[in-house]
Amino acid sequence: MTSQEKGWKEISIAAICWKPSTEFLTGDWKTYKPVRDLEKCTKCLLCAIFCPDGAIQWKPEKEDIEFDYNFCKGCGICANECPVKAIEMKLE
Amino acid sequence: MMKSVEQKTLALNGNEAVAYAVKQSDVDVVAAYPITPQTIIVERFSEYVANGEVETAFVCTESEHSALTACLAASLTGARTFTASASAGLALMHEMLFVTSGCRAPVVMAIANRALSAPINIHGDQSDTMAQRDSGWIQIYAENAQEVYDSIIQAFRIAEHPDVLLPAMVCLDGFQLSHSVENVNVLPDEVVKKFVGVRQYPMVLTHEGKMVPLKLDPENPMTMGPLAFPNYYFEFKRQQEEAMKVALRVIREVHDEYAKISGRSYGDGLLDSYFLEDAEIAIVCLGSTAGTVKTVVDELRAEGIKAGLLRMRTFRPLPVDGIKKVLGHVKAVAVMDKSMSFGGFGGAVFHEVRHALYDLDKKPFVVNYIYGLGGRDTSPMQIRGIYNDLQEILAKGRVETPVKYVGLRE
Repeated sequence: MTSQEKGWKEISIAAICWKPSTEFLTGDWKTYKPVRDLEKCTKCLLCAIFCPDGAIQWKPEKEDIEFDYNFCKGCGICANECPVKAIEMKLE
Repeated sequence: MMKSVEQKTLALNGNEAVAYAVKQSDVDVVAAYPITPQTIIVERFSEYVANGEVETAFVCTESEHSALTACLAASLTGARTFTASASAGLALMHEMLFVTSGCRAPVVMAIANRALSAPINIHGDQSDTMAQRDSGWIQIYAENAQEVYDSIIQAFRIAEHPDVLLPAMVCLDGFQLSHSVENVNVLPDEVVKKFVGVRQYPMVLTHEGKMVPLKLDPENPMTMGPLAFPNYYFEFKRQQEEAMKVALRVIREVHDEYAKISGRSYGDGLLDSYFLEDAEIAIVCLGSTAGTVKTVVDELRAEGIKAGLLRMRTFRPLPVDGIKKVLGHVKAVAVMDKSMSFGGFGGAVFHEVRHALYDLDKKPFVVNYIYGLGGRDTSPMQIRGIYNDLQEILAKGRVETPVKYVGLRE
């Protein structure tokens, strides 16, 4: 606990979130990190659809996907679902 | 007592008194599952719904766990919400009782107190609500059907007070109160509607950085019931404890305001004393037993014995200062518990009362009587026996058996 955290009189009651979920980084929960083999990847986007955290996003400007390691918890669902086995879970 | 509003007298049992009070309290949602001895409450209320006498959304659920979950969700949208249960039904709600108080949803629930299985028993004791005393709900125990009616109306105001915002149980002894018909004076519909008013909401800061009323609203989205880690969970629990402290004041204020309209009061709303001012010996109890004890106190007083009674109307929050004030001068106190705390030192009410008196320089003797389990009747003679024991303790100057059983075959 840090001194920046607020006391019970300062926070919203009923645990109503006073910050958006994007300010609660969960990326450091992971043990294994998904790494993509760009040669195998067909950009079918199944990984982005299956990611339970929305941590794989389609970037139109790059015409490619991007892993957001700030939120990826390392669950490995993307690697499991990838039809061409282009994602490998590597120990961080 | 002054009576400022004209009232009509109805013959109602405790359960019907609950249903009638809920009908008048402008409730938006009732979700419930039947269980003896509470069933009549919801049955009567469903008749009001079917007859078009109320505009309440009535939800029949498949279990008590679902009933309270539905009430919680409805309450979080800002609705005034009511349910009723007892015994195993309340036990099945256990998980959701904590979620409801933690989400600060001011659901009001009537409990027709009933024993817990096994062995199965449908009769009245207070094991069910005592087992939930740490669930973060306000608990009010009524003495008679009139007080049941009055307490339900007050409970909406107490629970929904923006500085309290805690769920509240109104407890009525199963069968003794739930099924016994009494004369109940009821206020006119418009008087109750005005008294309960429109639900008010405290303001909260949301993730959008806005201060908005605490209710689910698509225009002002908020995250309710989120995950809280070790760095914040504790602070939210401390807030609930503070709300209980505020409730001590609000229960009194609402009680006093109601007394002005109805002409009826119950002590200060927290503690109801009977001949305690100069009492040397006193009984402490909850609920309908107080009626029997009062009769015995009258007899003893006629005999010149300084006997008194403290009926705890509010058990959560516990009126610690009040208990110290009204019992501090008494020489010997017998606390009656209609439930057991297996393996503990006496029953739950005994724990609290003895504990509250511990800090006094001069403490009364405090002993415990477990009674009435599974609906066993407790007679005036047995109550008299308790007062006799207290006199004996004073004569001997010591307590030999701190925890005893009333009406139990050895």
